[in-house]
This record gives sequence, structure tokens and C-alpha cells, in this order.
Amino acid sequence: MSDKKKLVLADVLNCSVKWVDDRFPLTSNVKAHLTEYYAPKNFNFWYFFGSLAMLVLVLQIVTGIFLTMHYKPDAELAFGSVEYIMRDVPWGWLIRYMHSTGASMFFIVVYMHMFRGIIYGSYRNPRELIWLFGVAIFLALMGEAFFGYLLPWGQMSYWGAQVIVNLFSAIPFVGPDVSEWLRGDYLVSDATLNRFFAFHVIALPFVLVGLVVAHLIALHEVGSNNPDGIEIKKLKDKVTGIPLDGIPFHPYYTVKDLVGVAVFLIVFSAILFFAPEMGGYFLEANNFVPANPLVTPAHIAPVWYFTPYYSVLRAVPPILNSQFPGVAAMGLSVMVFALLPWLDKGAVKSIRYRGALYKKWLAAFVVSFLVLGYLGTVPSTIWGQFGGWMGGADRATVVARVATVVYFAFFILMPWYTKKDKTLPVPERVTG
Amino acid sequence: MSDNRNDKHQNVSQVDQGSQVDLEKRNFLIATSAVGVLGCAAVAVPFVKSMTPSERAKAAGAPVEVDVSKIAPGTMMIAEWRGKPVWIINRTSEMVAELSKHDDLLSDPNSDVVSQQPEYCKNADRSIKPNLAVIVGICTHLGCSPSPKLQAHGDMGEGWPGGFFCPCHGSKFDLAGRVLKGSPAPINLVVPPYKYLTDNTLLIGVDTEGKA
Repeated sequence: MSDKKKLVLADVLNCSVKWVDDRFPLTSNVKAHLTEYYAPKNFNFWYFFGSLAMLVLVLQIVTGIFLTMHYKPDAELAFGSVEYIMRDVPWGWLIRYMHSTGASMFFIVVYMHMFRGIIYGSYRNPRELIWLFGVAIFLALMGEAFFGYLLPWGQMSYWGAQVIVNLFSAIPFVGPDVSEWLRGDYLVSDATLNRFFAFHVIALPFVLVGLVVAHLIALHEVGSNNPDGIEIKKLKDKVTGIPLDGIPFHPYYTVKDLVGVAVFLIVFSAILFFAPEMGGYFLEANNFVPANPLVTPAHIAPVWYFTPYYSVLRAVPPILNSQFPGVAAMGLSVMVFALLPWLDKGAVKSIRYRGALYKKWLAAFVVSFLVLGYLGTVPSTIWGQFGGWMGGADRATVVARVATVVYFAFFILMPWYTKKDKTLPVPERVTG
Repeated sequence: MSDNRNDKHQNVSQVDQGSQVDLEKRNFLIATSAVGVLGCAAVAVPFVKSMTPSERAKAAGAPVEVDVSKIAPGTMMIAEWRGKPVWIINRTSEMVAELSKHDDLLSDPNSDVVSQQPEYCKNADRSIKPNLAVIVGICTHLGCSPSPKLQAHGDMGEGWPGGFFCPCHGSKFDLAGRVLKGSPAPINLVVPPYKYLTDNTLLIGVDTEGKA
């Protein structure tokens, strides 16, 4: 009796799927992207961050929708409406902290994801386009974070936006007009807040989701890289045509990623409930003061995820009475990632088979990135000044200049040191 | 009817196979695309223009009157003009005397960049009355408002001549708003057009020549 019932249910399900499949490529898509998408079997810790980035994107979109229900994009009302969400809206504090913590976690996850790409050479042929879509996602994410940061209309929101919009006025000739056009006023004002709201909640999320789809389509076209940097498609089972070192994404990696999700959510919740401001790194103290166009806070720094580039900006001195070189250097420090696929001339992809030379350069880059990141969070006077022999320059500024040179040298000299590097032989099959 | 259509289709593909280009059709397509692109560009104009400052924003630039009688020597006040902070600093005679002593620290001691002050303020103390400095408090680097560090020396170090320190990117200015060497700010702070209505009343935004 019950067996019969099951049969009927299965039939109904099969019929429904067939009905859909005749009208929409459901089964074929599930196969192509999940059950018959073969990923290398040796993914490690670093491979959690792609799926985690997707999780955070969904989290940001969902919490964002609910925040929009209470937030007011108006210079008079914005600051108050955020406090209203925090104090009066039922569970509003939770949703807002999820969104603000999510922003920082997004960057942590994306930085880890990018670092993975760098150490395993995931940007190399044939994955250049995946990498370029990724860089575009990173840029869109930075834009999203920047526009979103103005919305609470605190002091940091205001002066951060003032500085970033003015970056455009450093562009020769057209600059001042461009920044006025972006602001919609002669200074950051209600008009600016209103349009940043539009960019933040509708324009960039669309771009972001579109780019993520393109990123994944490109990935599934060429297949995933792995910690050994070996193309698993080169060795296929002669009968089935399935890569010997490949396993279906579902169920193997969906289940594995769920473990990553669980750990991530533990960390996320710990921050959310115990340290949502993260000692001023995730939410800056000055942003709890309403925007005041007449007074800049005594210490102003961007949120931590922008500080490496901000340090580059601060480190480059004006040349020929123009601040453009500093602004250009900052822009380049972000955009230069896009060139990686063509700068890397190494014989191998993965750091596992690279020589000592590459590893030293990578270490120097990581250190300079972290030093620049730290220095961007503190005033340039933090370490005092050098004596007369250095013209009394701020110590921190000099260190930032050195780190900036190392940062760019990692990229500019890459064709040279990756070629010269003594690499190890790459095995035929993936290792553990 | 359907046969007819098939015939036509076959004719076209025969032409294609002979790799003969239908120039008339190609020109038509090029012209259509060009007009389409022009149309899109024309439609983009109102959208781009809608983001420029509105009439209301343009109208909000009126001059402001400021009473300067209550600024004690050695202190300053902040007025608001076009939404920007304008500093009015009552410099003591020592402060004024100091201005001519540190030219070697400055990028542009004589204020030679024309756009940064009206002609009548291109002098040693960049002001109409030597003690009262009127300066737009917006850093010429990226638009933050520098913090006053009016006293010489102090927490800014021994060589500090007194002036302003920008918290955003570390630019330094003296008490006449002139930029110190090594700052990211490229030029001196801007002196707005202004005039005295009475001895103690300033009008910021308009000068004697009536320019705004």
C-alpha cells in the first residue's frame, strides 16, 4: 500500500520535472552546474571563500531590503532614521548590525578569495576572464561599500565621501566638473546622499549580481583550478569522459561548503553579537556623530578594507603642484590586479611548485599590503618624525612610501622574477 | 505564401554563397546603426544633466555677513558660506610677525597661484587687515577641513609656526593658509572674496568690485 503511494508520488514528481524540462532547461542546468560539474578533488581550506562570498552577497541583499523599509535618504532625516532602526524598529539593531558586519566580512572573504587566486595561479590561462570578472566584482563591491557608507550621514560618512568624490577633481582638465556632477552640488549634500542611496540599493547590486553570474559562467566553462595548478581536464576517463581527478560539485562540494558556512556563521555571529563595531574598525566612532560640513573630525580614516589604497594615496607627494599622481597611484593600486594574468610568466601556476624567489616577492607584497593597511588606520604622525637628516619627515609616511614601492614592484617586476624563478616539476595528477 | 517565402530565402542564401555584398543593404544597416547610436546619445543627455547641481543648489550661494568683534586675539571662528567653513582668525601681533619668518618652510610663500586669493589679498599676510585672516577652511588636497593648531610649537613639534593640520592626509598650513612643503595639498588655502561693511562686520562672498 505505502509502496504504491511512493510510486505515485515519484511519478508525479517525474512528470512535473519532464513538464518543466520541455519548456525550460532545468535538469540540464542542474547537471551542468551541480551534479555533473566536475571539480578537482583536492580543494582545500582556501576554496571555501568563493561560496562564502555568495552567501554574504545574499545576506547583504536581504538585510539591505529590510533596512530600506525604515531608512530615509534625506540629509535631515538619515542619521535619525538609522538611530530609529537601532532603537525602535523591532530587531532593527540585529538587521543593521548584520548589514554593517556583513560589509566587513564581505571584504575579508573576498580578500581571502583573491589571495587564493594569486597563490594557486587561478588567474592564468585559460581563466583570465574569470579573473577580470572578479576584479570588476571587487571594484563594484568597493563602490557599493563607499556609497553605503555615506547613508548613515555621520561625520565619517560625510568626510569620507567628501574626500573620495574630490579624488575625481584631481583628474586633469575635466576633474572639477566630474566631481561636481557626481555630488550634484558644490559640496556633499542632500543631493549627494539621495543619489548615493540610488546607486547603493539599485544600480550597483544589479551590476554586482550580473558580474557574479558572468564570473560563474566563465568558471564553469573552463573548470576550476586547484591547489596544484593542474588542468584536470587533460586526463579523462576513456569511457565516461569524466576527469580522473574530478568529483561532482553536488553532493561533494555543496556538503563541504556547508561546513565552511557553519564555521563562517559562528564567527559572523560572534562578531555580530559581541563586537559589532569591532573596536572602531567595522563602525567608526566618529560616525556616531551627525555629519557636520563645517568641521572635519580630528582623526579621519577610511574603514579598514580601504586603508591599503588610502595609504598609497597619502604616501605619494604632490608633483608639479598637482595631487593627481597620488590619486592615480591609488587607482592603479586597485586596478593593477587586473594585469596579473599577463604579468605572470611563471612555468607553473601553483605556489606549491614555485621557487624561493617568487615566494619572497609574494611575502614582501603581503607584508607591504598589511603595513599599508595598518598605516591607513592611524594618523601619519603616529611614529613621530625623523631627524634633520630626513628633512624631519614623518616616519610613518616614509615607511608607507617604501611599502608603496614594494607593493608596485611585486607587479611591475613579476614578468622578470617569475621567469627567473627556479620551479619544481608539476605532477601529472593532483596531490592531497 | 509559405513557398514564396522559402524561395526568397533561397535567393538570399545564393547571393551569400557567391559572396556578393549587397552594398545597398549594408549602407542602410550602417546608417540605421549610426542614427540609433545618435538617438541613444541624445537620450543619455537629460539623464547625465539631471545629475548636475539643481537650480535650488545654484541659488544657495548668497554672501554672508559676519560680526567679527567677538573674536579674541589668538582665536578664531567658523562662518558658513556656500555650505563651506570660512575661518576668521584674529592673529596676534606675534602671529603676524611670525608669518614673514618661515618662508623657507613654504611651497608658495608669495601666493603666486592666482586662483587662490583675490588680488587685494596677495600680500604678506593674505588679508585686508593684517590681524584678521579670512580663509576658506577646505583643504586644497581633497576637501577636508583642517584642524586649527594655532599656537606655534606645541603638539605639532618644535618647528611648527602655528597654523592648521589636515587630519585626512596630513597637509600643513601656516596662519595665512599657506601650504608647508611636503604636504599632499598642492596649493595654498583659498581666500574668498570679502569686504568690510563696517569696522567689525565682514561680508563674505562679495568684494568691493562686486564680484561674487
